[in-house]
Parts: sequence; structure tokens; C-alpha cells
Amino acid sequence: MSDLAQAPDIEDLDSFRYRLRDWLKENMPPADPRRAPFRRMSDEEELALVAYHRELQRRLYDGGFAGIIFAKEYGGAGLTPAHQEVLNEEIVGYEYPARFQVPTFSPCASVIYEFGTDEQKRRHIPAILRGEEIWMQFLSEPGGGSDVAGAQTTAIRDGDEWVINGSKIWTTGAWWSDWGLCLARTNWDVPKHRGLSVFMLKIHQPGIDVHRIEMLNGSKEFCQEFMTDLRIPDSDRIGEVDGGWTVGTRWMYHEKSLGISHYFIRPVGSMRGANLGGPTPLGVARQAGRLDDPVARQLVGEAHTLQLAGQEATARIARGMASRKLSDQAAGISRILAGVLNTRLATINYELAGASAVAWDEQDQPLGDLGVEFLMRQARQIGGGTVEMSRNGVSERLLGMPRETRRDNDVAFREVPRSAPSR
Amino acid sequence: MKLELSPEQAFFAGTTRQFLDDKVPTSLLRELRNDPAGFDREFWRQGADLGWTSLLVTEDDGGGSVSGEGVCDLALVAFEFGRYAAPGPLTTANVVTAAVARSGTAEQKAGLLPDLMSGARIGSWAYAEPRPFERLGTVSLQATRRDGRYVLSGHKAPVESAVEAEVFLVTAAAEAGGLTQFVIPADTPGVSVTPMRTLDMTRRYGHVVFDEAAVPDSAVLGEPGAAGDDVERQLQIALVIQLAEMTGAMDRGMEITTEWLFNRYSFGRPLASYQALKHRFADMKSYLEAANGLADAAAQHVQDESARAGEYVSAGKSFLGEYALQVLHECVQFHGGIGVTFEHDLHLYLRRAVLDAQLYGTVADHRDRLTSILESREQLHV
Repeated sequence: MSDLAQAPDIEDLDSFRYRLRDWLKENMPPADPRRAPFRRMSDEEELALVAYHRELQRRLYDGGFAGIIFAKEYGGAGLTPAHQEVLNEEIVGYEYPARFQVPTFSPCASVIYEFGTDEQKRRHIPAILRGEEIWMQFLSEPGGGSDVAGAQTTAIRDGDEWVINGSKIWTTGAWWSDWGLCLARTNWDVPKHRGLSVFMLKIHQPGIDVHRIEMLNGSKEFCQEFMTDLRIPDSDRIGEVDGGWTVGTRWMYHEKSLGISHYFIRPVGSMRGANLGGPTPLGVARQAGRLDDPVARQLVGEAHTLQLAGQEATARIARGMASRKLSDQAAGISRILAGVLNTRLATINYELAGASAVAWDEQDQPLGDLGVEFLMRQARQIGGGTVEMSRNGVSERLLGMPRETRRDNDVAFREVPRSAPSR
Repeated sequence: MKLELSPEQAFFAGTTRQFLDDKVPTSLLRELRNDPAGFDREFWRQGADLGWTSLLVTEDDGGGSVSGEGVCDLALVAFEFGRYAAPGPLTTANVVTAAVARSGTAEQKAGLLPDLMSGARIGSWAYAEPRPFERLGTVSLQATRRDGRYVLSGHKAPVESAVEAEVFLVTAAAEAGGLTQFVIPADTPGVSVTPMRTLDMTRRYGHVVFDEAAVPDSAVLGEPGAAGDDVERQLQIALVIQLAEMTGAMDRGMEITTEWLFNRYSFGRPLASYQALKHRFADMKSYLEAANGLADAAAQHVQDESARAGEYVSAGKSFLGEYALQVLHECVQFHGGIGVTFEHDLHLYLRRAVLDAQLYGTVADHRDRLTSILESREQLHV
């Protein structure tokens, strides 16, 4: 990394840092807590925020700071992961296009960048960098959550086109997004990993019906899409026909590596690329009037401990993977910690909020929100691949423990037992 | 321990590892169980030759480190101490040496540093106090001015290697408020030591009573009444050593348990094939990486004397004090009955981690301290 940074045609890190610092001061608005990117909001607010983030992304692009490690020929800055780290440090305290980071830049743009043809990359990467395309993952299906290679959405070839039928689920914000990266089954007569292909598709077009799912906290961000005789050109296929799991393996890698990826902006101090924008535990204790309560002070100290532990573990694993001291499988450790530690943090906030977490006066709305977030607590161990999957990955692939037995290898996918259709 | 060591650091850590491997097999730890000192002075002098006691002293004062970052290098030694549950007063000796090097007069440095660094004399920090003053940071031992001298009155416990130590660094409350520190010979009249019992195999602690012990002005270390920053620095160094040592103990416990999981069969399968155990072990591995990350970050912040050093050592203690013990207890659980026998090695590392968890502030002390740090930082920014 440092060798690259010192190559004659690549700007050195200090000069980049000062140039970026000046540019940010001139061009990016200071962070506004009222605009916290992942708080609950009305649809109108949501659309306004997405439009705002498109504009912020465009500003970064115009300033030459979009897509730091993407090649210049695709509109990127052509710099190194070390430059991205500098940007991650310098952008703290500024607004940034949070809605563009995950999953648009990673896993989606990362996968397109690694597997797309030159033509596909020229079509989409610059458009993403300019803020014109927001991408979603068409990955999970109602019939199977963690077992993504068990996709049943089917694509059948028809001349230069593919006809897609099936359903995808848990796409965040598909209703305001532009494109989807879709894993589909193109062959039912071979074992499951050998019959998949990956496609790029426009979300808002005939043949796709986007349905919003209401979560128990009232959020309607997650969507389910129903694809009925959707026709897309073969030129929108990424990777080989039936070779989709080659793409899928990297796709999964990128999804597990969000805490250490250099494909997107992850302001220093945020654990998984997204600053949740909620109150700090110290702020919660103050709002709840409990800063003098020794029990509350223990919880605040514990919460801060876990935040630093998550940060330092993630940084260590990123460094270790970059220097090849740790295998790529170590990314699963970051995912386990993000799930387990954030679950505890949600619990601490709820404990600090006391009775106000379940019944609150209007001025205590922030405390009431924490009660509802506590109901959603396990989402942190579910979204982006469950922690159980990562525990399998870490124990089997990192530590070499025996693999779980499975019933879906070496048999045509058509013959594999499947869940009964649920919805 | 850091993943990326310079070749010099890797060699340095390897030398200590090899030395401990030769000198302190677990059979020796068991033999030392009833030894009053808990370690052999010749062993300690040889360790001093390897650099254990001089890393925090500048080259001008006769010390030096391999990387130029003595605190980080010391953390490498401490990690190995954890992995071997090694004997010897690594924590307290380094705190005293560093304190003299940092704030001592030329006379104090010349009179003390050569012996402290060579291991010829052992220095120990008399800081913690017994009930009801056991909360971290409480100092009730009084230093009173009388007849041109200071008179020390009060209790210090637990004091590491108090019976063995030739020199005490005493943290006392000054009459006009603030803290004053003294470096005094252990045989100063009025100072008496009673050995305590302890759960570690080789670390020893004593209860030191200061019964109107009179000491001269030349014993004052640093500014009278203004030793607060020095004490904080000493505490940070002690905590860096503890964090690395606990991480090392955790690392070794996990290593033993990994081997066990692969080699132990039940119902015709290795334990490592059971998902119920695999998942727990994956979590333990995750906590170990977090421990390594926090311990290394804390060492670097203390090395750099950064504004966040106090925050990081407390976060490290708050994390390791809980998770190192949880992980080591899980290691015991995975072993079944053999894991709670004296014959098995696991308890050696569990003992060391438990010892470290309770001294220089408990988890609860450090969580409270963290909250205070966050409050004061918020006030700074308002």
C-alpha cells in the first residue's frame, strides 16, 4: 500500500489529505444531526434525503473525490486504499452521501467492477459515481434467508434475452432505488452452486412489482420484489452463464467485508459503514436523568468499551487482511462482533431509558424510540447474513473445524428438499 | 499482540518467548506455588538482561527499546508473560523504573536506575489501599510535613512483591491537597510488610503499613502535591502491561482448547465437529481479536502520550476484565472435569487473567472512570 502511495504518478497521502481537507471545507456541508441518515422518517423526508445524497455524491464526483480506488477510466480517482482511509478520516464531521455507500458501492459496484465487461463498467460505474444510479441487492429470497446459493428465482434464455420469474426480499429502499444486482437460477439440473447466473436489472420497469414490507418498528424500508416474465437483455448478465457462484462468492465476501472495504466511504468511528445517528449512551443517560446513578454510569462505560472494542477489532482485521497476515475469512469476525456488540448496545440504551422506553411523555420521544429499537435488537444479528452463518464460516474456514453436513451437494438442485412456499 | 511487527520486534519477542519456554515450564510454576518470593532472583536478572526492565528508560539514562517505542515493546513482553503465566514483578518493576526515569532528579536516577534496570534491586509501587479505600484512585495515606521531613502514615495493599522489594514508590495524599510521591528504601524505619495470600501461582503481594515513617526531602519524586499526572502515567503503564498479559493468557487458553477440540472424541466425532461448540468458539475467537485490537491500541496511545490514553486503557480493562475471563471459563467448560483440576494447565492462565482483572481498578472502576472521561470531554466541546 505505502509503495503504491509513493509511486511517482500517484499523489502522496499528505498532499491528498490537505487538498481534500480544503475541498471539504469549501464544498461539503457540516454534519447535521437532524439529517442523521438512518433515522426513521416519512416517505417525503426519505425521498428528499435520497435526492440530497445524490447531490452530495455528484459534488464528490465533480471534486474528483468519488470512487477513490476505482480506475480513472471508469470515472474513479485511481488512488489507493490508503487514500480512501484518509478520506474516511477527513470526512468525519461533514455530511456525506451515506445512502450511496452500502449496497451501491459495495457489494454492487464492487462486483460489477470485478466481474463486469469493459462495456458494462463504462455504462454503470461512472453513473454510480455521479450519483445517478442507486443499486440494491436482489439476493435473499422468501424461501431461504442465509442460504443464498439456494436461489429459486429462475432465468430462462430466450434468444438474446432472459425471462426472469421469482421473488427477492430484504432489499432496503428498492422503492427509491434504480438498479438491482440479481442472483438467479439458470439451470435446475446441476448441483446448486453450478446453476446460478448474475444479472443487472432496472428496478422500475414492467415485470417487476415492488412491495414494501412493514417492520415491527414501523419502518417500511425493506422491500420484496415480484418478477413476472421480466425480460432483460443478455448484455446485462455479469459473469458466465451458470458461473454465477464465482461472482456470488466475491459478492458474499464484499458483503461480509463492509467493515473493512475500501470501495466506499466509512467515516472513522462508524462500525459498519453506517453511523446510526442515534443518541450516544451518555446522551441517553442524561436525557433519562440518570448520570448520577452508579448503575447507569456502569452501562455508559460498558457501551463505550464495546464501541471501541468493535472499532479496534475491525481496524486490526482490516490491517491483517491487507498485509495477508489474516485470511479473507477473518472478515467473519468483524461481522460477528458487529452483531453481538450492537445487540448489547441496543440493550444498554433500553436499560438506560428505564420505564420511558415503554411509555413516554412527548418530550421523551428519543427514549421511546430506544424501546422500539430494543424490539428490533436481533436485526443486528440477522441483516447482511446471520451471525450463525459467520460463526460457521469462522469456525470452519478460519479455524479449520469440520464442516456441517449438507444435503444439497452433488445432487441436481431440482432434487434438493426445499422449504414449503410461504408467501 | 500486533500482527505487524518489525523484524527487530519479532526477534525481541521471540527471544523472550524462547527464554520463558526454557526457564518456566508449567511444572516449575507448580513448584513455585509455595515459594515465598514466587520467582528466582537470577531468573529476574537474566530477564532484565533481555530488556524487560529498561524499555521505558531513555538511552541517555542507560535504557532503550528495540523499536524506539518502549511501551509497545513492553506490551510484547507482557503478552508472552500472559502466555506463560510467567513469574516476576514485570508490572510493578516497570512502573517504578519508568517513574524514576520520568520524574527523578539526577541523584535519584543515578542512585536507583542502574540497579532497577539490572534487576539487582526490585522496586514496587505502593499505590492501592485496603478497604475502605479500595476504589481506584483513592489515596488516604498521608504525607505530613514535620521537622523538615515528611512523615508517612497509612496502609498500602496489595503491593506486588512487597517482601522482595528493596525500593517502594509510595503515592501519598499531600497536606494541602494533591498527591506527592516518594521513592524510599523498603527497610525505612516505620515501614513494615505482612505477606498476603493470593490466587496466582507466582505473583506475591504484601500489606505495607507506614507507621509514622519519616523520610527526607530527597525521597520526594517529582513535584510535592503535584504528582497527579505522574500517577496517571504510572497507572496507564500498569494497565498496558495487564491488558497485554490478559490477552496473552487468553491466547494461550484458546490455543490449548483448540488442540483439545480437535483431539478429543466423543460419540465417534471430534468435539470440533459439534456446531454447539464451533459457534461458541467462533465468538471466543472474535473476542480474542477485539482484545488484541484494544490492547495494542491502548499501548500505542500510552506510548504516544495521546489525549485518549486514559480512555483507552480503561476501555481495555473494562473489556478484558469481562471477556478474557468469560473466554477462559469457556475454555474450562469445553474441557469438562479435567479443566478444573490442578493438574491441567488451564487454571494457570485463568489465575493470571483473574488477578489482572481485579488489580489497578476493577471493571466497575474503569467503567465509571470512562463515563467521567466522556462527561469531561463533552464539557470541553460545549
